[in-house]
Amino acid sequence: MIRLQGIERVFRVGEEEVHALRAIDLEIEVGEYLSIMGPSGSGKSTLLNIIGLLDRPSAGRYALDARDVTGLSDDDQARVRRDKIGFVFQFFHLVPRLSAEQNIELPMVLAGIEPATRRQRLDRLLADYGLEGRAQHRPDQLSGGQCQRVAIARAMAMQPSVILADEPTGNLDRHTGQDVMAVLEAVHHAGGTLLIVTHDPEIGARAHRRLRMIDGAIAADERG
Amino acid sequence: MRTADLLQFAWRVVGGYRARTSLILLAMGIGVAAVIAVSSIGEGARLYIVNQFGALGTNLVIVLPGRSETAGAMPGVLIGRTPRDLTIDDALALMRSAAVRRLAPLIVGAGDIRAGARNREAPVLGSTAALMDIRHMALAQGSFLPEGDPRLSQPVCVIGAKLGAELFGTRPPLGEWLRIGDWRFRVVGVLASQGQSLGFNTDEIVIVPLAAAQALFNTDSLFRILVEAKGREQIAAAKADIEEILRERHDGKRDVTVITQDAVLATFDRILGALTLAVGGLAAISLAVAGILIMNVMLIAVSQRKREIGLLRALGATGRQIRLAFFTEAVLLALGGAGCGVAVGKLGQLAISQLYPNIPFTPPWWALIAAPTTALLTAVLFSVAPARRAARLDPVQALSKR
Repeated sequence: MIRLQGIERVFRVGEEEVHALRAIDLEIEVGEYLSIMGPSGSGKSTLLNIIGLLDRPSAGRYALDARDVTGLSDDDQARVRRDKIGFVFQFFHLVPRLSAEQNIELPMVLAGIEPATRRQRLDRLLADYGLEGRAQHRPDQLSGGQCQRVAIARAMAMQPSVILADEPTGNLDRHTGQDVMAVLEAVHHAGGTLLIVTHDPEIGARAHRRLRMIDGAIAADERG
Repeated sequence: MRTADLLQFAWRVVGGYRARTSLILLAMGIGVAAVIAVSSIGEGARLYIVNQFGALGTNLVIVLPGRSETAGAMPGVLIGRTPRDLTIDDALALMRSAAVRRLAPLIVGAGDIRAGARNREAPVLGSTAALMDIRHMALAQGSFLPEGDPRLSQPVCVIGAKLGAELFGTRPPLGEWLRIGDWRFRVVGVLASQGQSLGFNTDEIVIVPLAAAQALFNTDSLFRILVEAKGREQIAAAKADIEEILRERHDGKRDVTVITQDAVLATFDRILGALTLAVGGLAAISLAVAGILIMNVMLIAVSQRKREIGLLRALGATGRQIRLAFFTEAVLLALGGAGCGVAVGKLGQLAISQLYPNIPFTPPWWALIAAPTTALLTAVLFSVAPARRAARLDPVQALSKR
């Protein structure tokens, strides 16, 4: 579970201070399906980056699974990220020279998992995400939808408790986007926590809990 | 991250950017190959000169008429100025020195050699029986010049193998007569083929007794006296004795030049050794250039692969892992480049050896070790900055760029 208390994020742009996030208090239970919406510059992505430990808050406390992770060193944060958090990006961010399979394998390689175990998990993931026939293809040989499936499989490789998706359908056509959403929602059905940042109201409305952000603050928090 | 995985990751990067990889391999390879090729040319020249001087004989002291004011051992010394003749008596007097084992006076000229209808121009050496041992000559057939008083002439000669074949064809030259100018000589020996020795091909010469050569060329003065000292440590004593004896005999004038083979050899050895090092050092600069190229390419790689680095961070890579990945990549490239360079350098050396088979081209041991090591060290050194930059990249910014 995720608990944010009094999170602030201030960027300095020249002389000016920009408050990307102001006094965010947020609790997200294990297994929740939550969407974050709001206009550009409202702090959605910054919030997601802080939850994903890619960015550090200027003030406030962040506890992940009852452990305070605010003050951890960069390397310790990297390990928490590796073990507990899976990222899905708008532009997929696959490594272009690696095959689909090698991309999915990457987090497990970084974690130092034995090759035999990696092979087992890889086969499961390729089957789960319908990529069996595409394992040896490089990203430029895959469609956008397939790329995003590879990215989701990669995010799931370390069996994280939280999936963070930043505009996962933003670069896909409508039909493929729905397909990808179904894949992501399957992760949620399997018991994982799913956070989605999106511009698309239709996609945002699918979540069970919907945050609306304006000017770095949470303006609305709807459930049901 | 397991070491094998780290290596595989770097290997895929190296294999993934073919053009870039081959450029670095080329730069690194040229650097290493240049050092090896250039230093083997220098080393070859050094060994060639050392061998040539060594073939002249051992513990040699060479006396030549005239004295040069420049006291160095440069080749110019070999031509003395203001000559006063060296005579057979001068030479024989040198035997008084306790440090001298044996000596051979030498007269050199060119003669018109005739045998039957065949006719050939060849160098004629006038000397004594001791020449064979002093110059380490070997006979193929017969015997060398007879022992005895060098003042007395005998009508015999020893000829080089090639000259023998040219004058007598398939007939055995031993016992045949030949004419040099107006004088007749009987062939008593044929030299074994030895080839070139300091510009003098012993396969094509005629050796006659000293007195005969004096008559032939109508001269009393000697071209050289080759003196062999009793041992390596006696060379200095022999040199001093020779200078003293000749000064006495020449009315107190120091009008001869005495050089020792050792001194000449040592000088050539030093000069060529230093030259090889200097040229090798120059070539090594290209290694530093290759190192800087690696740094450049790695820095470009860091900015080009920003997204990848950001992604690796998001996937849980620590700063250390990112640094190691870039580091390993640079080391792989350097290893490949050094390997290519050593191979190309050796090939180049073999190619030059084919062109000049006389000269023993071989890379000195220090070049074979130093060149690849320098390549590796520069690569490692110059990849530190890019690797650190990569590890410090802010993942949020790195990922935000398309």
